[in-house]
Amino acid sequence: MTPSKDVARTAAAFEYAPAPESNSIATIRPHVGLFIDGDFRDGSGRAFKTINPATEEVLSEVSEATEVDIDRAVKAARAAQRRWARLTGAERSKFLFRLARIIQERAREIAVLESIDNGKPIKESRDVDIPTAAAHFFYYAGWADKLEYSGHGPTPRPIGVCAAVIPWNFPFLMLAWKIAPALATGNTVVLKPAETTPLTALLFAEICQQADLPPGVVNIVTGAAATGAELVSHPGIDKIAFTGSTVVGRQIAKSVAGTDKSVTLELGGKAANIVFDDAPIDQAIEGIINGIFFNQGHVCCAGSRLLVQESVFEEVIDRLKRRMAILRVGDPLDKNTDIGAINSKSQLDKITELTESGLAEGADSWSPECTLPAKGYWFAPTVFTGVSQANRIAREEIFGPVLSVLTFRTPKEAVEKANNTPYGLSAGVWTEKGSRSLWMASQLRAGVVWSNTFNRFDPASPFGGYKESGYGREGGRHGLTAYLAPTHFTTSGSR
Amino acid sequence: MTRLSVNKTYKLYINGQFPRSESGRSYPVTDAKGDFLANASWASRKDARDAVKAARAAFPDWSGRTAYNRSQVIYRIAEVLESRRGQFEDEIRSQEGAAASLARKAVDAAIDRLVWYAGWSDKLPQVLGGANPVAGPYFNQSTPEPSGVIAVIAPKGPLLGLVSVIAPVITSGNTCVAIASEPHPLSAITLGEVMATSDLPAGVVNLLTGPQHEIAPWLASHMDVNGIDLTGVRDADLAISLEQAAAENLKRVRRSGVEDLFSAPDLDRMTTYLEIKTVWHPMGL
Repeated sequence: MTPSKDVARTAAAFEYAPAPESNSIATIRPHVGLFIDGDFRDGSGRAFKTINPATEEVLSEVSEATEVDIDRAVKAARAAQRRWARLTGAERSKFLFRLARIIQERAREIAVLESIDNGKPIKESRDVDIPTAAAHFFYYAGWADKLEYSGHGPTPRPIGVCAAVIPWNFPFLMLAWKIAPALATGNTVVLKPAETTPLTALLFAEICQQADLPPGVVNIVTGAAATGAELVSHPGIDKIAFTGSTVVGRQIAKSVAGTDKSVTLELGGKAANIVFDDAPIDQAIEGIINGIFFNQGHVCCAGSRLLVQESVFEEVIDRLKRRMAILRVGDPLDKNTDIGAINSKSQLDKITELTESGLAEGADSWSPECTLPAKGYWFAPTVFTGVSQANRIAREEIFGPVLSVLTFRTPKEAVEKANNTPYGLSAGVWTEKGSRSLWMASQLRAGVVWSNTFNRFDPASPFGGYKESGYGREGGRHGLTAYLAPTHFTTSGSR
Repeated sequence: MTRLSVNKTYKLYINGQFPRSESGRSYPVTDAKGDFLANASWASRKDARDAVKAARAAFPDWSGRTAYNRSQVIYRIAEVLESRRGQFEDEIRSQEGAAASLARKAVDAAIDRLVWYAGWSDKLPQVLGGANPVAGPYFNQSTPEPSGVIAVIAPKGPLLGLVSVIAPVITSGNTCVAIASEPHPLSAITLGEVMATSDLPAGVVNLLTGPQHEIAPWLASHMDVNGIDLTGVRDADLAISLEQAAAENLKRVRRSGVEDLFSAPDLDRMTTYLEIKTVWHPMGL
């Protein structure tokens, strides 16, 4: 009997009782419109349905914004921008503090709605997404009246109207990452949430109303890719902040050629999580698990390539499998759930296709025994060993709970393999040797390096990529740069 | 009987050496009156790719040096330039037909600009990086790092323009491939001679001469180039197509624009080609 099966059986003998969070706290309206100039209104496109990916039931019918709606939203943002930028920094600051406080007050409601619409475990939306979003507003609130100390010259100026296009993996948190620094610096925003996860953004619109935020400062338009393309190409947009795939990021970078629009892009990744033989193994195993199974692996900075030093390969894999065997996959609203639902059918298909390619290319796949719910979109946690650097599962972003394991012998080989990717968003290093840890951190071409930890986020800590993972930083003082007018025109810059 | 002068052959500056264009092509450079001055090399796609290869190979060493060392090397370029200033003044006067005072002013500004940027090497990490107060028991620090290989299309003019776009790129540890001003390539190659004798490692700066509309697209679309500076591109259509090509691997792009080269620079020519790296480590017993 392998140790992992042993543990699985023990776990089965001590079944957890269900511990569901009540969904009654979240109000889900059957129909939601666009939020433009302070009011909700129907879009002129074809309304679409957002579903609960854990049950496939329809949650709400959401308006689709088309050209007319976007034009209206951009004009509202433009009109509001002049007034918003003329407010004193101290007044803007207090608006942001208000937003932060209301998010904290309504945190449980937002967390439940996020888990229902997205499929992520409630313990993550409750303990990570929503508190970090509130912290982001709180952090940037404090900057609004201190911008002249931020290292952007004596009179920092806003860029104007920002188009924010955000993904479905951290809907509310990404909204905060975009809106908080934009507003603090005197810009106004037209935000498009992802097609599959619009509900918490629309709840944020209500929060803006509760905070008495001036109409037009924040506008929210819902829709799919076409709506996003329409928004970023609107001539009234001065700045584009995009988080999403490298493919779409590239299209945006092409589309702004010859314009004055400035752009920041936070794109894909294929992070190496590097484990040396002197690593604190217990922590490393938790870090590997957190690195790839946090948020079902729907994380651009996920540690999706595990690089293990050859001498500890077997030990790490055995312990990893034992730990994977006790991961709980299921109801996102259950407080004990570790891995929730895959966000959509199309994402599930993509994960399935890539894992099939892993098998076809000769890698070995392993998943613990686990019963997946009959309804909804699910994928069992999976680890691939025997992976070569050329395999698609070692090169392409899977964006799911699928880990590819490679090995190395020397630190130099680890660096070479880790950097052997067009991406450069994040990396992890596990070793107890300080000098090696710092040397590795200096060699890795990635915007965030987690040493003896993984997937940590904080509003004070800049986040963003090297190479094809995009440009610009979100978070910290560096995050302000993206929303302040440059002294010249450039599509990037990380001052 | 007057002595026949020995004329200099202007070639390219790639990987610390002065090769002719592999294409064997050259183009005549004229002075302000239109009289023949010299033949300059007409760089090809292959030359551009060789230059990128040299810049990439030079990157680990140059970016890995201490900031103090890079600072001294760039200061050394200024020293050598100062010692050869007469030659540059002569070249500026003959190429541009500039008055002696203006030529002197341009060389002064180029030398001073190198000195200014030299001092930035070991200041940037403190000015642009620092400790981040995260809400947890973590050491968390951000540092700027160079983006990699940067393609630079220099603005018009023999010397000041070229120095103004190269110095900010290399002071932080990037390496570069620059296309010199098409009508004023001669001082660019003379500047290469200065660099070659200033302890600047081979490949850190590579200089190409020739038509930018022919050479620049190869650099803009090159997948091993991390950033591009379009400062010297005056043709709006060319600028658009270069920016589009640069998007393929998400190069860091600085758009073209007219600026007064004599005015004091800001940090932006450096920050455009810097990445911020943030490192986390737990703190505990």
